[in-house]
Amino acid sequence: MKYIVKIMVLLACLTLTFPADARKKKVDLIEKYPALAPYFSMPVEEAVQPDELGFIRRWTLMEPIEKPNPTNTVFVDSYIRENLDTGWNKGDFKVPQDGGAWHQLDSKLFNVKLYRYAVGTGAGRYGLIFRAVTVIEVMEDIENVRLAVGSNSASMWWIDGEEALILSGDRRMVMDDGASKRITLKKGRHVITGAVINGPGMSDFCVRFIDEKGNPVNGYQILK
Amino acid sequence: MKKSIILSAVLALMSMSAFAQEGQPWIHDPSTIMECDGKYYTFGTGGGGLISEDGWNWFPGAERPGGGAAPDAMKIGSRYLVAYSSTGGGLGGGHAGRILTMWNRTLDPNSPDFGFTEPIEVASSEVDEDCDAIDAGLFMDPTSGRLWCTYGTYFGFIRIVELDPLTGARVEGNEPVNIAIDCEATTIIWRNGWYYLLGTHGTCCDGVNSTYNIVVGRSRNVTGPYLDNVGRDMIAGGGKMVVDATDRQFGAGHFGRWIEDEGVEKMSFHWEADLDRGGRSVLAIRPLLWVGDWPVAGDAFSDGVYEISSVRRGYALELAVDFVRHDIPRSRFWMIDPNEPVVSYPNQTLEEVVATWPEGEIATRCGDWMNRPHQRWSLTAVSEAGGYLGGQYYKMCIEGTDRVLAAAEGAEVVVVPEFTGAPEQLWRIEQLTDGTYRIMPKSVPGTSRQYVLTSVADSTPSLAEYMCGSDNCKWVFRRK
Repeated sequence: MKYIVKIMVLLACLTLTFPADARKKKVDLIEKYPALAPYFSMPVEEAVQPDELGFIRRWTLMEPIEKPNPTNTVFVDSYIRENLDTGWNKGDFKVPQDGGAWHQLDSKLFNVKLYRYAVGTGAGRYGLIFRAVTVIEVMEDIENVRLAVGSNSASMWWIDGEEALILSGDRRMVMDDGASKRITLKKGRHVITGAVINGPGMSDFCVRFIDEKGNPVNGYQILK
Repeated sequence: MKKSIILSAVLALMSMSAFAQEGQPWIHDPSTIMECDGKYYTFGTGGGGLISEDGWNWFPGAERPGGGAAPDAMKIGSRYLVAYSSTGGGLGGGHAGRILTMWNRTLDPNSPDFGFTEPIEVASSEVDEDCDAIDAGLFMDPTSGRLWCTYGTYFGFIRIVELDPLTGARVEGNEPVNIAIDCEATTIIWRNGWYYLLGTHGTCCDGVNSTYNIVVGRSRNVTGPYLDNVGRDMIAGGGKMVVDATDRQFGAGHFGRWIEDEGVEKMSFHWEADLDRGGRSVLAIRPLLWVGDWPVAGDAFSDGVYEISSVRRGYALELAVDFVRHDIPRSRFWMIDPNEPVVSYPNQTLEEVVATWPEGEIATRCGDWMNRPHQRWSLTAVSEAGGYLGGQYYKMCIEGTDRVLAAAEGAEVVVVPEFTGAPEQLWRIEQLTDGTYRIMPKSVPGTSRQYVLTSVADSTPSLAEYMCGSDNCKWVFRRK
């Protein structure tokens, strides 16, 4: 069953069905929403590498989903599973119907400023769920790496549709706050997906791969 | 009454197990611990010594001929050099002493290679000389490869002579140098550009009334002067305390250093008397810490309930379960009636939260310490699991439950529902030289490699190879 899921994920990567809407529309989001300019740019190169510290700056972000919460303290593990792990990124990777359009952006910072994305596009401010996707291409197997994430507030992350980690509670975005188990990034394409939920306050995330010594891994490309 | 006495004795024995070496660790004036073919050895006054297969359970069986007092041992190349004094007449004796050295290719008396060479004299003292040549201590200078031997007791000076590391004999023409007074059982160690002279001060050989304690001074030169922390020369009686008595053990003497790993050191010595062991003189092994470039004895780890915090961020090790809010009435501080009686509320209890925890295996994580049930770890020594040098293996379970920390396939950590005694559920806890701890499973499923509990991210504990100097591998235990 696991293999079937993996094959489906791979097929999904190859066809890049997931960010299809964003590519078809070719909307220059920065032109449309200049408030995004200090934080984001439109992707130009076909493929980019992680930054010097290994952070992945190219993400396809869904327009946020409203999920009002007066406090971030409700984001316990079971709440996250119930509200973020809704099967939206499993299986055939069709664009979920419970949200808006998807936009691919390059972050000008190591962290992706979700709050600025939401406010800048007029999609909301607080009480939101964000979904993020990126596709990477690995040229050779990279063994024993971990997906390391920091997010504000809580979040859940997957690699090729398989759960990688949860950051629960009233989180602040901290570099390498949580990490997945060791994985081997096999040669080929992989989809990294994440969902971040926030009540009041700032919302953002940072993601990178780290090796056994906690050093950044950047021997791969992030695709457009 | 009788029952309560028995119960007290049993409780004392239970708690004792975490503090002292087990088996029959009876020894006086132990030599520096040596490892030979996977076993540990230490020799004592009067001949013979102890052997341990795991570093925790010690039994008689080591053999050292020559009798006399207070030997020391050192491995040089593939051979073992043993130094001892053939005399040792005590304070009221004649003080004519002789320091002898001899070699052996193995310390295992059952080995066909076992056999000491003929002892040779390397130093001596005459009757009523200002020195009593006993209590040899060997030191190989890592900066020069030169071999030194200190000796002496309270009667006169502590002296140092140079030996030939190939023969164990005195270097021809070498003259003794006086380096200290008012101590005995000296030895030198080196670290960070400093030579440290450790000596034993106080009253020896008076059982539970022995005031024996280990002191230290340091120098940039092997021949001194050795100054203590207030600048007093040990030749004027100076010395900074390294270890003194505990509540139940008295008379710490005859220091020996053991380097387990980079940043993990231990010190061996004897207690003149252990009240939990019939007042006998016993072998002791404690962590050796370095505080401000001074050696000091670390704590003997013991059973208890602890907060276990990662040095990386300071987050506490916990079960990855839902955080359950503690429902205590909140007061608006600007509306408090100052005359209203103050109420003391209880902490959140296990019963209030345990039903929210999933059955079966639970992941671990690190989080803000809130003194919640999923963060309180009960550590209990597992005496039948053996040990390692200076310590026992521990079961680490969530207080009030059977849920225990276990190493898992892929070098990760989880909490399993029940303790089975499996090696992946047994934890070796060693205090590092900076006072923090490393936590190491006895084994990790699927690999023979040794790993330690490591913060691979602020909130993510895992297992990884020990890296000295990395705060990721370091943990702090706070007793609750």
